[in-house]
Amino acid sequence: MSLKGKAYIVGAYEHPTRYAPEKSVAQLHAEVAAGALKDAGLSKEDVDGYFCAGDAPGMGGFSMVDYLNLKVRHIDSTDTGGSSYLVHVKHAVQAIAAGKCDVALITLAGRPRSEGMATGTAPRTGNPAQPDLQWEYPYGPTVVNMYAMVAMRHMYEFGTTSAQLAWVKVAASYHAQHNPHALLRDVVSVSDVLNSPMVADPLHRLDCCVITDGGGALVVARPEIANSINRPRVKIIGTGEAIKGQMGGAIDLTYSAARVSGAAAFAEAGVKPADIKYASIYDSFTITVVMQLEDLGFCEKGEGGKFVADGNLISGVGKLPFNTDGGGLCNNHPANRGGMTKVIEAVRQLREEAHPAVQVKNCDLALAQGMGGQLATRHGSATLILERE
Amino acid sequence: MAERKIPAPTPTPETEPFWQAAREGRFLIRVCRTCERAHWYPRALCPFCFSENTEWREASGRGSIYTFSIMRRAKEPYAIAYVKLDEGPMMMTNIVDSAFENIAIDQQVELVFRETEDGPPVPVFRPVQA
Ligand SMILES: [Zn+2]
Repeated sequence: MSLKGKAYIVGAYEHPTRYAPEKSVAQLHAEVAAGALKDAGLSKEDVDGYFCAGDAPGMGGFSMVDYLNLKVRHIDSTDTGGSSYLVHVKHAVQAIAAGKCDVALITLAGRPRSEGMATGTAPRTGNPAQPDLQWEYPYGPTVVNMYAMVAMRHMYEFGTTSAQLAWVKVAASYHAQHNPHALLRDVVSVSDVLNSPMVADPLHRLDCCVITDGGGALVVARPEIANSINRPRVKIIGTGEAIKGQMGGAIDLTYSAARVSGAAAFAEAGVKPADIKYASIYDSFTITVVMQLEDLGFCEKGEGGKFVADGNLISGVGKLPFNTDGGGLCNNHPANRGGMTKVIEAVRQLREEAHPAVQVKNCDLALAQGMGGQLATRHGSATLILERE
Repeated sequence: MAERKIPAPTPTPETEPFWQAAREGRFLIRVCRTCERAHWYPRALCPFCFSENTEWREASGRGSIYTFSIMRRAKEPYAIAYVKLDEGPMMMTNIVDSAFENIAIDQQVELVFRETEDGPPVPVFRPVQA
């Protein structure tokens, strides 16, 4: 069954905070839930489906459903890292199409900045039962070096350069200067990126996303409810999700799971990359963007470095405006999970509610792309294609 | 510069023979007798054909670097890599006994065992001397 047009995004809210030591994680979830419902013109009583991932405190959705005092008949706590919230949108459309809920609430929140988390640079241990742990943890895998190894291979295979990767950050910074909530608002140059300290070769500090507190929420609803709300309607017309791992040791780091999730979303929507007016692309690192743009088909495999160079991602300048809120590289990466804010900025663009300096003209078709986990080991990808009605 | 201390791996019943062999200085990989493919990391069930007919075999300990990164932002910087074993599969590891600037993709490497903090030694690789 095609899910095309079976549900709409009717509410979207990004928490303005980037540093919240005075708030609890549950409180932040509640604040973004309230914000998204207010944005939709709906109330808590309208919610009958709840979606959250591993950032939500407590087991699955139990504690947050109880804290928010929701009465739900559908729950989903799928966790695919930073891409979870795009997966949740897809699953919400499925649940709505199947009659399992009418109004789905999706929340994300966390406080890694307050908690002083060395998100990218400290190896993270886990449950010893995790089958890969004993084969990897001793060697010091970190989030950043598990993307750096992909960048290193991309450079070797395709001749991609650090200066090309830097353009991703430069474009994000051009957008972030207009976002009063962005953590980093200074415009940076390619040489600023190249001169920033090396964290894990070939990724510099400015190739890496920010660490922020905060969160965001979405409300997905069936068409009848979307029609009754006095907001521009954002129809979900294409969805895809995929997981990629090490394939029994037959590792190939030249492509990501976005190849599968993107193809599924484009096929369902019946559109092609050239039709997309605005793209939110998961930007944990600059290489993450290059890899996904190739795998989604915005350019040929290996051409991503050339594609992003010379301002091609800057709104009003290049061919593919991306991350006009400043993205994870400059604006916000709440709870170390950037998928939620990708969807929110795509909704802003389709509603023409982005900052005027970065609003894409006649933005009637947008893509949101999420990536979770670690690109060099195991990761999840999710793709949404959204249309303004 | 001091070399980074390697935390101990945490063997499971499925992998204990590998770590016992490592203590004896032998490097094992898991090979499927049904489809004749070696895989990594080792599993009881073949990840290619789901056959239970898999066995430990001693591997050459030779391979080449597929990709790597130097983790600079660490107390003791270290080189992490994927090495493609001559037997086929690719494994995560560290590159040791080499200046960071001399490490390169496609470089031929050979296995050495490195002690861990309080567990069995782990396989790491060093450049093959020309
Ligand atoms: Zn087999």
